Amino acid sequence: MEIKHTALAGTLESSDIQFTLSKGDSGVEINLDSQVEKQFGKQIRKVITDLLAEYGIENVKVRAVDKGALDCTIKARLIAAIQRATDTKNQPNWEVLG
Amino acid sequence: MLNKVNREIPDDILKDKNYKPFETTEIGNPETTYVAHQVKVSQGDDKLVDSIPDVIAKTGLKNGMTISFHHHFREGDFVFNMVMQEIINEGFQDLTLAPSSLTNVMNDMVIKAIKAGTITHITSSGMRGSLGDFISHGGLKDPVVLRSHGNRARSIENGDIKIDVAFLGVPNADAVGNANAIYGDAVFGSMGYSLMDAKYANKVVLLTDTIMPYPNTPASIKQTEVDYVVKVAKVGDPDKIGSGSTRFTKDPKELKIAQTVNQVITHSQYFKDGFSFQTGSGGAALAVSRYLRKSMIEKNIKASFALGGITKPTVDLLEEGLVNKILDVQDFDKGAAASMASNENQQEIDSSWYADPNNKGAAVNQLDVCILSALEIDTKFNVNVMTGSDGVLRGAIGGHQDAANAKLTIISAPLVRGRIATVVPDVTTVVTPGDSIDVLVTEVGIAINPKRKDLIEALKNVPGVPVYTIEELQKRAEAIVGKPEKLQFTDRPVALIEYRDGSLIDTVYQVKD
Repeated sequence: MEIKHTALAGTLESSDIQFTLSKGDSGVEINLDSQVEKQFGKQIRKVITDLLAEYGIENVKVRAVDKGALDCTIKARLIAAIQRATDTKNQPNWEVLG
Repeated sequence: MLNKVNREIPDDILKDKNYKPFETTEIGNPETTYVAHQVKVSQGDDKLVDSIPDVIAKTGLKNGMTISFHHHFREGDFVFNMVMQEIINEGFQDLTLAPSSLTNVMNDMVIKAIKAGTITHITSSGMRGSLGDFISHGGLKDPVVLRSHGNRARSIENGDIKIDVAFLGVPNADAVGNANAIYGDAVFGSMGYSLMDAKYANKVVLLTDTIMPYPNTPASIKQTEVDYVVKVAKVGDPDKIGSGSTRFTKDPKELKIAQTVNQVITHSQYFKDGFSFQTGSGGAALAVSRYLRKSMIEKNIKASFALGGITKPTVDLLEEGLVNKILDVQDFDKGAAASMASNENQQEIDSSWYADPNNKGAAVNQLDVCILSALEIDTKFNVNVMTGSDGVLRGAIGGHQDAANAKLTIISAPLVRGRIATVVPDVTTVVTPGDSIDVLVTEVGIAINPKRKDLIEALKNVPGVPVYTIEELQKRAEAIVGKPEKLQFTDRPVALIEYRDGSLIDTVYQVKD
């Protein structure tokens, strides 16, 4: 799936994560800024990478500002950002969501 | 070697600094000798000094000496920065800084003094913010020594801390050195921690913005203890000394925890007429006093005393007749500080009276119920109030180790904070040993220290208070946040955590970035 334009989801509130997805041309580039980088940085990157792979997104710039979000929150915000960035807001990917 | 809470204490630290590893929370009845301080005899007529540079010269401050300050002005302190800047300017080197604690407003000046070589050793109750970060990244060669308030009193008495010059800010003083903290612009109520410095330092300097006519009473610090009095423009910012009015939390999680803490207290054998308690200043702790008040009225139970750092809600209980006396070592808000002037039953106590393990009986030994907070608590009930989840110094021991000797010590803490678990398999830093903790209260339920069979029995059927093992609570927290990666440290110690008896309970290492 292609990123069509820059899109944002999430807030900077505590326990949330804010994603900004934009077009990229050199694979998945993740720029993560997290309060819990030391303890959960790897885990957060894994959640992001796995979910992008499930959506078949191969080229994207991911900017993530994390305020201690749980995995479920990270997934929900990233799905919202992906649907907005790929103009598929009204076509949820049931295979991934299931 | 491994100490009794299973922490590896480096042998060279034990040897070089003449430390014993932590053994037990039992203090017993050892014999000890207090050290005396030097007295330069004065007739009292020439104590008033015009400026900080003049008074530094008069005290005979020299390289290598120990200087002290108190932290009663909290974030409104002007005195520390004024004096320290002058000491740096004059080029002093290799001083030991031994304040009762360090607040954020002092951080930049401490870092500056370390970089200038003015300060090379520190002992404190704790440190936070930029200073904690600086020290945790190896900013000071010699490890910082962290002591509880009771332990600081013990160390001053037995000479582990030998203060050469104490610089003590006070809201008022007369020209001969009688001072209190209940009148003036920058009142902070109890002078508890600074009274030790006044009694034991070789040279005692008072700094004040308000000179009173002689004799200035009530005198918490007395003229017999004071060498010099300096008039400065302002000792502190009254708005930043304590929070203005105490607002009760509206956070449902904190309210649930507070309600459960109250259930634990009222269903324990200690909740009877004449009981005593110490709360703290956190959101949940403040809310406890509201629930406790209601239960005391319903059951017609009155407390003999409330202890510790005092807040307005505790003063309200005193004025309502639900608490007979307050033993007050420190005031956390304006209401508590102001009421010290009008309530004769709000007794100022020094930190030895409050919590010293090596005197003839401290107030904490008489305490029934104590509510404390935690950054982390582990499955052995060991508590960390010193290092954050990233391993960086960001707290203070305060009276935690001391007050934990209450007959019923309750830790109130949420199961998780954001993505960080509070209940963990092993705390990053052991500050208070699990042996002195009795009950953990979280928003989902409580865990009772298995050695307290009496409490397990008393609390097993309290409506709305599910009892778990602490391992169950730890697993529940991990199920929510996941398993964190282990923090990485270098092998260089940056701070030594003493237990209240002066033994070593844990070591904090430089963080790896």
